[in-house]
Amino acid sequence: MIEPKKSGTDRRNFLKGAAVAGVAPAVAVAAAVPSAEAQVAAPRHLPSALPPTVKTIAAEVGDVKEMNRIGGKPGSDFMVDVLKTLDIKYTPSNCASSFRALHESIINYGENKAPEFLSCMHEESGVAMAHGYFKITGKPLMTMVHGTVGLQHATMGIYNAFCDRVPVIIIGGNDMDAASRPPGVPTFHAAQDINLIVRDYTKWDDTPTSLQAFAQSMVRGYKIAMTPPYGPVAISLDAGLQQEPIGAHGAGLYIPKFNMPSPPAGEMGAVKEAARLLVNAENPVIVADRSARTPEGVQLLIQLAELLQAPVVDQGNRMNFPNTHYLSRPAGVVSTADVIMGLELSDFWGTVNAYTDNGDDGIGVNSTKIKPTTKLISISSVELLTKSNYQDFQRFQSVDVSMPADAQATLPALIEAVKSALTSERRAQNDQRAEKAKKTYADIRARERAAAAVAWDASPISTARLCMELYGQIKNEDWSLVASEGNVSNWPNRLWAMEKHHQWLGRSGGYGVGYGAPASVGAALANRDLGRFSVAIQSDGDLMFAPGVLWTAARHKIPLLSVMHNNRAWHQETMHVQRMASFRNRPSNYGNDAGPVGTMIQNPDIEYHKLAESMGWWAKGPIKDPALLGPAIKEAMAVVKSGQPALLNVWTQPR
Amino acid sequence: MKKYILIAAAIAATTLGAGAAVAGDATKGGQTFREKGCWQCHGFEGQGGSAGPRLANTQLPEDALIAFVHNSNGPMPPFSEKLVSDAQLSDVYAYLQSRQKPADPKTIPLLQP
Repeated sequence: MIEPKKSGTDRRNFLKGAAVAGVAPAVAVAAAVPSAEAQVAAPRHLPSALPPTVKTIAAEVGDVKEMNRIGGKPGSDFMVDVLKTLDIKYTPSNCASSFRALHESIINYGENKAPEFLSCMHEESGVAMAHGYFKITGKPLMTMVHGTVGLQHATMGIYNAFCDRVPVIIIGGNDMDAASRPPGVPTFHAAQDINLIVRDYTKWDDTPTSLQAFAQSMVRGYKIAMTPPYGPVAISLDAGLQQEPIGAHGAGLYIPKFNMPSPPAGEMGAVKEAARLLVNAENPVIVADRSARTPEGVQLLIQLAELLQAPVVDQGNRMNFPNTHYLSRPAGVVSTADVIMGLELSDFWGTVNAYTDNGDDGIGVNSTKIKPTTKLISISSVELLTKSNYQDFQRFQSVDVSMPADAQATLPALIEAVKSALTSERRAQNDQRAEKAKKTYADIRARERAAAAVAWDASPISTARLCMELYGQIKNEDWSLVASEGNVSNWPNRLWAMEKHHQWLGRSGGYGVGYGAPASVGAALANRDLGRFSVAIQSDGDLMFAPGVLWTAARHKIPLLSVMHNNRAWHQETMHVQRMASFRNRPSNYGNDAGPVGTMIQNPDIEYHKLAESMGWWAKGPIKDPALLGPAIKEAMAVVKSGQPALLNVWTQPR
Repeated sequence: MKKYILIAAAIAATTLGAGAAVAGDATKGGQTFREKGCWQCHGFEGQGGSAGPRLANTQLPEDALIAFVHNSNGPMPPFSEKLVSDAQLSDVYAYLQSRQKPADPKTIPLLQP
């Protein structure tokens, strides 16, 4: 693997030469520009674009001198060797000079496989694609970003991944040696510590300064990212380290072996106490948020719920519990509980308390949703990783049993402890509870269907109709709802039969708008490789943050049916501004729009179907008549099954 | 005070019931429903959703609805008489009562379990 250094040209000396030699040809190009007089005299000969200036040339190529051949194996080839041991399948990235050496090694030395470079239009899209991909496969991707400006673009996506406990490996290129890096643009794109801006919302970051340190850093980063609570990690990668030959640095280089870490499970004393409380409860309730990391997590929760005959509230940041199970319940059931067990809750306080945005002084009102005697149990790995600045840890909630541990890893022991604690008398009582629970469940489902029937034929199309027309067409496929960022009143969770872990992927985590489109493409990429049918309910505001990901999907032949919930507004904000106007007792200014100024996406209406078509998608719209929706979905599905993405622009009711 | 008005509205809702004569103008009411932003939480047809309950064909008596809109202290912000008059709310009430009654979900194939 290690080749001896053949060339006497190292990067530092090479750059010194380039800095001197680069001036002359650049000046020659500048001299070729016609004088202003000549341009006026011969307007027909004006170039279609101005010739590049010396500065522009320097920015584009760093220097204009013929580069010397780099002898020996480049450092970035060794980096690809490291990446291949981790089996990272894709690297969705926007190309940038600060990682050009690694880019070149990936596509040439690594033959553009594991990882395969996927062309992205925006760094935020690259991160969110990795985010969505992980939720299907359970395996992280790597995204490469330009050290300063690229990482700045990526930040919201990283924050979403952090809040959603999703591992993403971010490699930021950075030309660190101020004495040798090219002046001008490359120096604007360098920093002492590029990771500083994401340190508050990554699990770990590093700046390795040798190839051996890179190998250790990459394997360590992967391990940290993949230890619950999962999360993104960032590695700053010096351009020089990538570009220089391994040369003399190669002796003794090795790649540490990666072994998957075991997740942290709850301490047995606490597990037994939790089991005792649950078994002795008259009305135990389980609330799950990111409990099921894998399909096995769903099965474990079913087992526990049935043992206890306890209702389960799935808060929906993962698919934790089948909504077809008779113990599945809406959030309000916590008011009946004498014991509540929260599994990986992102907000325990908000689970057992209410906040109403109606205070007399512009401050909301807090109230409890539970009885004062209700016992609370928490199992959450997030307590093992709390940072200070960003407030994703939410309000503090006192609990009776606190287990800072991974919920899924703790459930097997808890199930055994519950079995041990259950008496025959208690089992009989639980059986009686089951009969009542089945009837309650049937009543809830009937009410949901009745609610969906209201405004069934309305135009714009009701969100219930949108969702059920879609479900009617996909329900016999091995479908996966890869994103549903627009608020469609939770109709998929209320009426679709969600029984498999990949059928619902949860939300963005940090509620940073712009996640839905790229995450759905990333998840669809994973589903493509697994032979599944991907569908997204795509909101209009979300799509417009970085619509270039549509091109990425077409470019890489990622089949995805994207059905738009186009309510022509950032509707959450429409309601917020209206609220403020009402509280202040003044009419809201709508301008020429249908809602408050600054919250509507209309005048002109965006033709999303044309936008998608322009980037290689099959598309149709705007669809406003509900009778036309089913046939359009059928048509689009045929396209998706042929391996292409398809988008339907559907005008919908606000919620 | 607000609390008592709302309690009165709730009592009225249970004692008067629906079916009383509707005095307002449904067409004007639809316009008000849009212009005042009611649709934002309740939908253009008053069908309701995650942000607000169903209002179409409401069982609430007209007086109770008007009192609630002016004095709400729950999740819905109050709309004072300055923002929407009683007469306008009467029209809105007529609009809501004029909405097509939903079909029995058992007759909609896509809503079958």
